[in-house]
Amino acid sequence: MKPLALTHFTATSCLGRGLAATLEALRERRSGLRKCTFETVDLPTYAGEVAGVDAVVLPEPLRTFDCRNNRLALLALRQDGFLQAVEASRRRWGRRRVGVFLGTSTSGILQCEIAYRRRDPDTGSLPADFDYATTQNSFSVAAFVRRALDLDGPAAVVCSACSSSAKVFGSARRMIEAGLIDAAVVGGVDSLCLTTLYGFHALQLTSPEPCRPFDIARAGISIGEAAAFALLEPASSPTAADAIRLLGVGESSDAYHMSSPHPEGAGARAAMLHALHSADLSPGEIDYINLHGTGTQSNDNSESRAVNSIFGADTPSSSTKGATGHALGAAGALEAVICALALQNDFMPAGVNTTRVDPALAVHYLSENRAGRLTRVISNSFGFGGSNCSLIFGQAGSERAAPARRGGERSAP
Amino acid sequence: MSALTAWVDGVGLLGPGLSDWAAACAILRSESSYEPRPTVLPAPDSLPPAERRRTGRVVKLALAVGLEATSRAAVHPSHLPTVFSSSGADGQICHEICEVLATTDRQLSPTRFHNSVHNVAAGYWSIANGARAPSNSLCGFDASFAAGLLEALSQVAVEKMPCLLIAYDTPYPEPLFAKRPIPDAFGVALLLSTEPRSGSLARITATLTDASPDRLSQPRLESLRSAIPAARSLPLLQTFAQRRRQRVVLDYLSELCLAVDSEPCT
Repeated sequence: MKPLALTHFTATSCLGRGLAATLEALRERRSGLRKCTFETVDLPTYAGEVAGVDAVVLPEPLRTFDCRNNRLALLALRQDGFLQAVEASRRRWGRRRVGVFLGTSTSGILQCEIAYRRRDPDTGSLPADFDYATTQNSFSVAAFVRRALDLDGPAAVVCSACSSSAKVFGSARRMIEAGLIDAAVVGGVDSLCLTTLYGFHALQLTSPEPCRPFDIARAGISIGEAAAFALLEPASSPTAADAIRLLGVGESSDAYHMSSPHPEGAGARAAMLHALHSADLSPGEIDYINLHGTGTQSNDNSESRAVNSIFGADTPSSSTKGATGHALGAAGALEAVICALALQNDFMPAGVNTTRVDPALAVHYLSENRAGRLTRVISNSFGFGGSNCSLIFGQAGSERAAPARRGGERSAP
Repeated sequence: MSALTAWVDGVGLLGPGLSDWAAACAILRSESSYEPRPTVLPAPDSLPPAERRRTGRVVKLALAVGLEATSRAAVHPSHLPTVFSSSGADGQICHEICEVLATTDRQLSPTRFHNSVHNVAAGYWSIANGARAPSNSLCGFDASFAAGLLEALSQVAVEKMPCLLIAYDTPYPEPLFAKRPIPDAFGVALLLSTEPRSGSLARITATLTDASPDRLSQPRLESLRSAIPAARSLPLLQTFAQRRRQRVVLDYLSELCLAVDSEPCT
């Protein structure tokens, strides 16, 4: 594929608001997971709650979008000068030439969960102040972000469970390469809600302690929430000179089970191979693997087999979910941003909470942070329904070969 | 402004009073009158019995129209990339989960939870057909059909592969129905490919436009188009049924629509 530049990016999770807080927490090997006290939830589990979401006030013209998910989106958009970067991009390309592609798994479902507690005792109807389209519907986050960023280009929400906000990079990249748009805001926003906390508990997949991916005593996931965004622009654009590159995207389906991954990791393997192929890279050219690494027995087993079958057991790897929790539909974008931070700072984050790596999982799992020049990294995201996506990021200039410029290619006016 | 082109090799359709693509063709050509009747969804025979028992209306609808499109084109679905697009997930399951969560008990069914995801149709399609190719699941609220079509067309253009688009919507029960009144189930599948084949129906080319979306002249079909996001496809489907060379404008986002030039294959 034709590489794209991440000319700007930001992330807000339980590690903190924006890039500096995220990087500092990763360097200090801090976890943002706490005993779950979210809303009225009564479960023996840990969660990665973002502080201060309730205090976010949406500006008046956007008030109709008010819900936890969109508050979290706005909180994240306000960090690291992201709003200003998109505004400059909008001026450069035109508001119709910048797309918005976001991933979420549950959007503003919390609003509906709360509305169901407030049904009219006589008629059963939901309260008048509950607005389905602007809160609960999965598209609401893209409609909101499109309005907040004053963009009029194509928009869609990818809703493929835990691979959602990795797959948005693929959708955006195709539309840019097809020439329909010049740039895109991609990202993921998923916020805590009762459906996922009680749902993963019902599946017996939530850990009673902070999750410890790839540990011999791993006992499931800790659910987190996050919003992460990146501005994708052509590598030839004026602001892209030193920007981190999106080099490859690989997608696949398991065709196996709705909530369990393929035991041998066949779908995960196909996604990673497809990503390598699309970047025209060989496995030996990848310096670090940001694992999906949820901390469930089944994910870590199957992912380690898939990783080992391609990369062997020497490529440094870690899951950052011990620090951030599993941000579900926002995990792909959050971990894309962590990969971009790793590349910019020559830094591989260790997997926190993991004290004894499961010897049955044949990967080189990082228990300590590691410094060193990184050229290219891969990030895995796998979801329910057997939906898999792997993304490859690299330094500017790390592309396999400079693609030939095509006649008629658009450039900045 | 760039245009995206593909050939339509097969169509599947199911909706209120529209039992399949052949029946819909006759109605869209005004050869038979449109009588809305509740949508009848077939059992998903392509799934293993254990999985079949667990599926709801969304899965039955998506599998039915997807298989109609691929069987009309005589293409096996196992190697086809897919794009699923809908305004919502399974409305019945969403309602049941929210009801349980509003009680003090809050014990969810694990199966119900994993079937509540928006990409449930994509998951079961992949299992039913052994389909391991990339698959995307989109939501665009009322813009879901055009969003799905753009995604599928850009896949065809860039990946140089065929792509099966399946757009579908099913109703919520009350009390959510009052907030999102989708009246019945409607699904449409378009098998898109990079070049014409002997059975291709039409060549379509899409561009973004400021123009307003087209309406249908038959009032009952127009009500269907405006009531269900996936039925926003009807003006395009009518050009296939009538074998007419025409530009149609499909509903998409506010201040942005999708113009599609449709040209029948001879």
